[in-house]
Order: sequence, then structure tokens, then C-alpha cells
Amino acid sequence: MRGRGGIAASRKLQRWWRGCPSTAISDDFFVSGRDGRRMSAAPLASALNNVVAGGEFSNRSQMFHLVARYKGTNPLMKLRDYQSFRHDSSQRTLGLKLRSFGSASIKVPRSTTFSKINTEDICHFRAILGEKNAIQDEDRLSAANSDWMKKYRGSSQLLLTPGSTEEVSQILQYCDSRQIAVVPQGGNTSLVGGSVPVHDEVVINISRMNKIISFDPVNLYDSQCGFIMPLDLGAKGSCQIGGNVSTNAGGLRFLRYGSLHGNILGLEVVLANGSVIDMLSTLRKDNTGYDLKQLFIGSEGTLGIITKVSVLTPPLLASTNLVFLGCRDYLSCQKLLMEGRKALGEIISAFEFMDCASMEMVLNHLEGVRNPFSSSMYDFYVLIETTGSDESSDKLKLETFLGKSMEKGLIDDGVIAQDMSQTLSFWRLREGITEALVKAGAVYKYDLSIPIQKLYDIVEAMRTRLGHSAKVLGYGHLGDSNLHLNISTAAYDDEVLSKIEPFVYEWTAANRGSISAEHGLGVMKADKIYYSKTPEAVNLMAAVKRLLDPKGILNPYKVLPSSLVLPN
Amino acid sequence: MKIMVAIKRVVDYAVKVRVKADKTGVETNNVKMSMNPFCEIALEEALRIRESGAASEVVAVSIGPQQCTDTLRTALAMGADRAVHVSVDGGVPLYPLSVAKMLRVLVEEEKPGLLILGKQAIDDDCNQTGQMVAGLLRWPQGTFASKVVLDKEKQTVTVEREVDGGLETLCLDLPAVITTDLRLNQPRYATLPNIMKAKSKQIKKITLGELKVETESGIEVVQVSEPPRRKAGVILSSVDELLDKLRKEAHVI
Repeated sequence: MRGRGGIAASRKLQRWWRGCPSTAISDDFFVSGRDGRRMSAAPLASALNNVVAGGEFSNRSQMFHLVARYKGTNPLMKLRDYQSFRHDSSQRTLGLKLRSFGSASIKVPRSTTFSKINTEDICHFRAILGEKNAIQDEDRLSAANSDWMKKYRGSSQLLLTPGSTEEVSQILQYCDSRQIAVVPQGGNTSLVGGSVPVHDEVVINISRMNKIISFDPVNLYDSQCGFIMPLDLGAKGSCQIGGNVSTNAGGLRFLRYGSLHGNILGLEVVLANGSVIDMLSTLRKDNTGYDLKQLFIGSEGTLGIITKVSVLTPPLLASTNLVFLGCRDYLSCQKLLMEGRKALGEIISAFEFMDCASMEMVLNHLEGVRNPFSSSMYDFYVLIETTGSDESSDKLKLETFLGKSMEKGLIDDGVIAQDMSQTLSFWRLREGITEALVKAGAVYKYDLSIPIQKLYDIVEAMRTRLGHSAKVLGYGHLGDSNLHLNISTAAYDDEVLSKIEPFVYEWTAANRGSISAEHGLGVMKADKIYYSKTPEAVNLMAAVKRLLDPKGILNPYKVLPSSLVLPN
Repeated sequence: MKIMVAIKRVVDYAVKVRVKADKTGVETNNVKMSMNPFCEIALEEALRIRESGAASEVVAVSIGPQQCTDTLRTALAMGADRAVHVSVDGGVPLYPLSVAKMLRVLVEEEKPGLLILGKQAIDDDCNQTGQMVAGLLRWPQGTFASKVVLDKEKQTVTVEREVDGGLETLCLDLPAVITTDLRLNQPRYATLPNIMKAKSKQIKKITLGELKVETESGIEVVQVSEPPRRKAGVILSSVDELLDKLRKEAHVI
């Protein structure tokens, strides 16, 4: 698309931007000057910044000069990194390579109801929190503004780090009165852009609130004392409890310990207007009134900020066994799950699966991993973990089950971990897939709940659709019917994206699945909720949101469609 | 030719050990135990020699309480043909010299061409048993082996040893004792078919009395304590302060 200048170019450009699929990541832009005139870096950069961050063109004359042409390359760099100036006389273009992030932020324009922060606001926050905790330092803001996958980038100008519920309450009270939008942030490990600002929301990072207030040994707590947390997930090194609770994180041990909805005994939450709701009980059973804490668990920071959590922690059991199996087809994996549930009963604690493509990805991109089956590759791999109190009886149950499964032909080969180092290396093969994918290039991630018989069909359908343009991986928590569908390409590419979405959502909806099993909606799927929930249900959710946060300041543009929740 | 591999059951390598409150030893109750990593490497080497055709049988032996049979099952699952368990009560401490004497009796009974052990156990780090057995049997020894090559016709084994100065290559006449170091090989995983087969392999049990070996030792463990905790460093603001500290606190100038 070459600029012909004038209004026509601007309209064309607007249409082009709007036409971008929702999660397209724009790669390299070549900027053409009208009449071959050069544009110097600063106004150009700011014009492009506006385009990417705001989706609104504040300066129309700048826009006349913007012409964008795709050149797919490595997207993993910041917008502010200019690559090179090239003057390509044959096309009279001023080549300026800029790389930017997901255009999800482009898609939803900044709501005019939110105020922009000014120096008075900053002074006020400094007064509440102290100088150190109202941060405008560029490096820290940059870290708080972008997500782990480097897919989403906000433009917040202020990072607040409160240290107590009182401070959180005061901050929110002020923001509510001034109509300043905020984003609660913990470990910033969201995979759907839920923990970073979309525009210039103020980031409230709760990492400082990390003390353990009390431990009731009859009811349990940390592995040094002989107890464990009821969840275990790939992000365990960096994620924080508040975030886990507000996204209802699932993870590897979901099969055994269930959802956080069952394991959280109490919460203390601060609402949008600053009021503190204390529901922090440690009682196992309490049927007095509506169980409000369930609303906040899984609300992704849109209904309130969680400041205290009371968790039911199961005891650390002595005997853990882990097996890594190779199977020839998906049907065997399913049968293994059914038989495993019956034979292993209460000791089963995790049941994961991964396909051949995932294994190859891990072996090729990660250091220090080794194929447990020397050189053979199988089409499917299953990881089964058992946790119990008696080593010998657990081992016996497991070996009997495995022996029978081998005879029935469900397992082609398998290894049992003989010590902890082997256990860790088998888990690394499964947990390392996410890391390997990020190293391999660009990745499109989908987290789907699908009825187990059809679970792998979407992976094959996607492979057929994409052919050689991308690698499709399927792996996940087979025990919970939760597939992590990942599509790996060398770089983010709109053409690939258009073949993936909305096909994957439509397929899932048609098979009565969920478009987000455990990752949540965040900003990535904010307008996709209708694929899995009825309009009446969504309207009721919006009513609850308006009740608890009438001005819509908590984590806007996420979870629910903006048109339903932003006051207009 | 038979190969005998001596295996020890120790606290798992990945476990964070804690000292018992009475400082007599390390906490071993309810702690995961498994095969000593160097013993795994020794067993792997024996299996590889058998697979190359230079040996006919691999026998795994272990000395200790009843739970040692679990470790021997792992050894059988990895591919050993037979296992021997010398049953000793949990309370009896086993020092390298006693173990070496017991191994000598077993070797004289089984008559292997090669005795392979791990260079040391990760619980006591003694690094003595292999050398002592070789001395008692009057067999040649190649310790800290990082490469082992068997020559069947000449009945010798060439061992490359990792020593502080570099690599030393020795040629030993069989029968010989070899102790294995980390870089010798990467042990195989116990695969399911082998685990199933291992169930039918036998573990021969021998009591301490039958061996007629003294477990009395001239060594007594007086105390086991944690190493002193590392203290945080101090950030100094000027050279004068550094000199001051070096003079007054560290006493080096």
C-alpha cells in the first residue's frame, strides 16, 4: 500500500489498521515519505507510538506520511529500537525498521472516561506510599508494562507498590474518585495479557505484600513443615498467590487437589471504591450467606484486588512415583487415563500428555534434556505421577497397572523414575515445552477445554490447515481434558493468524468446549467470551461488574467485552 | 567372565539433608533413598561391557538393611542378571574396611573377572572401599576411571583415570578392581519391560554371620554438625574503610 497522500491515504491506513486481526503482531514497517520527503526520527517515532499504543491518530498530518508494508522478521524487540535508516531510491521510501507488539492494544481504543494522571496525583500517591513506592523509573516501568511472552505492551506512566491493605484501600479510593484506571499486578506471568496495562493504566504491583501471617498446623502449610500448596504450575518460579487466586490457576496437580475454588478458605479483598471486604476465614465449612469469595476467584482482577488469602494446604506425602510412557496413538492415551483412574485410584496426582512435535521441540531447544527412550520417538507421551503415604504399596499398584497396560498394548515403552534427579528430568521434558517454544521463535498459544474423545482432533485439523507454514504442538493436562494448543512459527505472521482464528474458537464452541480452560480471558480473549458463554450469562456478569466497580477502573479492556462494562 | 558391581543405598542426591537434633548423624527417616550416583555409573559400565560381548553376567551386590532390596531391584531393572543382598541390621554402622572385607568374601565365592564400584558414596564421601578391597584381594586397581576398555584376548583392561594433573592411562591385568568417576558414562533409565523382567530375577540373601566378617571398627563418629552459614558480604563506601576493615577485622595487614 503506497501512500498517495492526502485524506485518501489516511482512510486507507485506518481501514488497514482496523482490518488487522486482533492479535496480529506487526513486524517491520517501511515508512514512506510523501514525495520522497524524509521524516526525521522523533516525530515519526511518536506518530508510530500513537498508532500502536492508542489506535487513535492524534496528528493527521503525520498520518499522511505513514505507509506500512509488511516484512516478517523477528518480532522480539521493543518499539523504541530503531534498526536502520535506509533510503531506497528506487521506491522513494525512507526505510525505518520498527518492531512492535501485539495489536490487541490497538484494537480497543483508550476509553475517554478515564483521567490521565498528573503531578498532583503523583504527589498524592507519594504521600500515601512514600517516595520509593510510587515509581516512574523507566526500566521498572518498562518491565511492568510488558508481559512474559513479550506479546503485549502497555504505556503506563506510574508503578505503585503498596505494602499493606490500608495502602491499597487508599490508592483505590483515590483512583475511584479521580477515575484513574488501574491494573493489579503480581508475578506478571499471565499468558493472555491480563497483568499488563493496555494503555496508560496505573500499575499496582502487590509483590511487597508477601508475608505469611499465620500457620495452623492442624490444617497445614509449607513443605519445610511437611505440607504443600495445592497447586503446581509452570510459572511456579515467578507467579504469586494473589494472581493465582484471581485467575483461578489450574496447573499440574489439579487432578488431585482440585480447583482453587475448593482450596481457598478465605479472602480479603479491596473493592474499586477502596472498601475492604474481610472474608478471611480459616474454617473448612461455613455456610453463612452467599459465598462471595467465589466471585473474586477467577475474576482476573476486574472485581477487586485480593490482599490476603487463606489456603488449605494438603500434607506432603512421603512416596512419589513418576512414569514416562510412550504410546502409539491418542486412543491409547485415553484408555490409559481411564484404566489409570480405576487402577491407581486415590494415589494418582498428575496425568499429562504431549505429542511427538512437543518432544522434538524440547529436545531441540532446551539444554540438558535427554530422551528417556534413547533414540526412539513415539507419537504420544504420557506422564503419570502418583503420590501416597506408603512407598511399597504405591509402587506395587503402579507396576501392576503398567504391566497390564503393556500387555493390552496401550504402552509401547516406558520408564519409571528411580530417584529424584530422574523425576526432575522427566518433569523438565513436560514443563520445558513453554520455554522451548519461546526460544524457537513466535508462538500462538491456545488453552482449550475439550471433551476428551475429540481433544486431539483440533491439533490434526490445525496441522492440515496450516501445512508447512507452522509447527503445531498439542500437549496438556489430559486428566482434566485440557489441551494446550501451540502453533510455532519463525515470526508472528498475520496470514498464519488468520488461518488459526477464529477457526480454533469456532471449532471449540461447536464441540462444546471452553476457549480458555485455565489461562483466563485477559486482553487476548476479551471479546471472545461468547464462544463459551451465553449472552444472558455475560450480561449478568456485566451487571455484577457494574455493581462492584461502577466506574470500571479495575483492569479495564479485559475479560468482558468493553462495550458492556465501560460507562458511556 | 562375570562382572560384580557393588552398590550402596544412600540418601537421594537431590534431597536437602538436615542434621539430627542430637548431632549424631544426618536425618534419614522419611527421607527419599536411592542408589548412589557413582554406583549407577559403575553398573552402567558393567552392562555396557556385557553388551559388547566381553562378559557373560553382571551380578549386583549390596550390603545393608532390608530396604537395600529396593535398590537391588532397580539394579536388576537396569539390566543386571542377578543380585546378592548381605543383610545387616540398620543400627550397625558400616565403615569402608568392614565393607571391603565382606566384598572380599563375596568375590572369593563368585569369582568375577572384574569388580566395579563407584569411586565414593555421597553420604560419607570416604573414597576408600574400592582401594581397600583391591588391597585385600591383592588385585590391581584403576580408580577414578573416566574410560574403560576391556581386551578379552589379552585379559587386560585399560583404564583412563582422572587425576589432578590430568588423565593417566593404566593397563591392568584381570582380575582387577575399577572405581568409576562421573564422566565415565550416563546411566540408562530403567525401562518398563526391564522392570517387569526384573521381578522374576532372584535376589540371594546372605546374613552377616555367614560371611564371618567383623564389623567392629576403630572409628567412632563423635559429632556431625552443619557447616557454618555463609554470612552476607558488606558493601563498603571508600578505600579507607576497606583498609580499616582489613587491618582491624580481617587482620591481614
